[in-house]
Amino acid sequence: MQQLFVYIFKNSTRLLFLLLLVLSLSLTIQSHSFHRSKVISSANVVTGNVYERINTVNEYLNLKDENEGLASENARLKSLLFNIKDTTKIIDKAMMSSFGNYKVIQSKIINNSYSVPENFLTINAGSLKGVNPDMGVMNSKGIIGIIEHTSKNYATVISVLNVKSQINAKIKKTSHFGTLRWNGKNTGFVQLIDVPRLATVKKGDTIVTGAQSTVFPENINIGTIYKIYTDDKTNYFTIDIKLFNDMTSLGHIYIIENQDRKEVLELEALTKDE
Amino acid sequence: MSSAVFLNIIRFILLILAQVAIFNKINLFGFVNPFPYILFILLYPVNSNKNGLLVASFLLGIAMDMFSNSGGVHAAACVTLAYLRPTFFKFSFGLSYEYQTVKINERLTPERFSFILISVLTHHLILFLLEIFRFSFFWNILLRTILSTIFTLALCIILIYLFKPSKN
Repeated sequence: MQQLFVYIFKNSTRLLFLLLLVLSLSLTIQSHSFHRSKVISSANVVTGNVYERINTVNEYLNLKDENEGLASENARLKSLLFNIKDTTKIIDKAMMSSFGNYKVIQSKIINNSYSVPENFLTINAGSLKGVNPDMGVMNSKGIIGIIEHTSKNYATVISVLNVKSQINAKIKKTSHFGTLRWNGKNTGFVQLIDVPRLATVKKGDTIVTGAQSTVFPENINIGTIYKIYTDDKTNYFTIDIKLFNDMTSLGHIYIIENQDRKEVLELEALTKDE
Repeated sequence: MSSAVFLNIIRFILLILAQVAIFNKINLFGFVNPFPYILFILLYPVNSNKNGLLVASFLLGIAMDMFSNSGGVHAAACVTLAYLRPTFFKFSFGLSYEYQTVKINERLTPERFSFILISVLTHHLILFLLEIFRFSFFWNILLRTILSTIFTLALCIILIYLFKPSKN
């Protein structure tokens, strides 16, 4: 027994090192598996506050672009509104609440990363505003990512520029489905995989979110086809997509809640079990 | 003694804030970031408690991981660097480094330069290996390590001389 204590005392530095190393390695491995640890994320009070403060400075530098983007979106929505010929088609609020199963929450990105294969964003809206994991995040140009963790006032978003992200997408013209992934190389491009070979794909076609996604509504812009690769071994295309969004400069965003998501998932789980 | 502790606490906080607010946002060529926050480990008093340094490095790394959503990547790299620090001292300054008081933040000699270089290189290699964690990105890891090492090394030397001008 005494020898054990002597051993521990003699090698205390080495043992402490091994303990801390194992601890940090287990955190690392946890972070690389699909369900991430909740302890170490930037959606906590301290990091959220620091990022918010840094962002108030950065915001001024992008104010002009941000305003232009919002103004052009307003113009587009206004033109939609003015061009409705049939006045009976105007949806009033009572109808919206009974039919609309998508709720939109406005928020702002306070930290953005895009330089590693697994990128995350931090936003300044949390569970108090009704943000929950697995909600979609987009802005006026297109999709950005999916909510990963939330705290009271902040949330982290798994960016489309993350090799672990998988989003259902389709070619707008032909409605052929595929899965949106990122190969970790270029921040301007993502990849659409598993598109069947019989689909007609052309450079410049628009890619939008698909109807299979329970996170995003259908037909939200993603990007345009930039390059098409054909794999001889499989019967699928891999397509490089140029994103509409510049992921390196993002500001105001919308969080989309699909209120039917739970119902759909429960139904699908039930069907699988049988 | 207590002033040294105080100095290290201040250094700890300032380096994290500088790293988060400035150096993490540089993204040179889109992916190269310097990590001068490891100056805390390099400048930690040479003859002080090794266990204290290990715990402090772990906390430093975990704080960085929280800010960059990276699990325990920075913590692992920092703890390893803190553990290997005496070995690097021996390598750079010779066996008797503990008897002559080694000071990093003085005139840049080849010994000091080699110490900073080998420390930064070790830290960055572990950091990028764990952060990327895929063998298909091997060349990417190597490229990032080399470019970031150069960047961090230059910044570390600049920061040391900015805050501790040589007396002669």
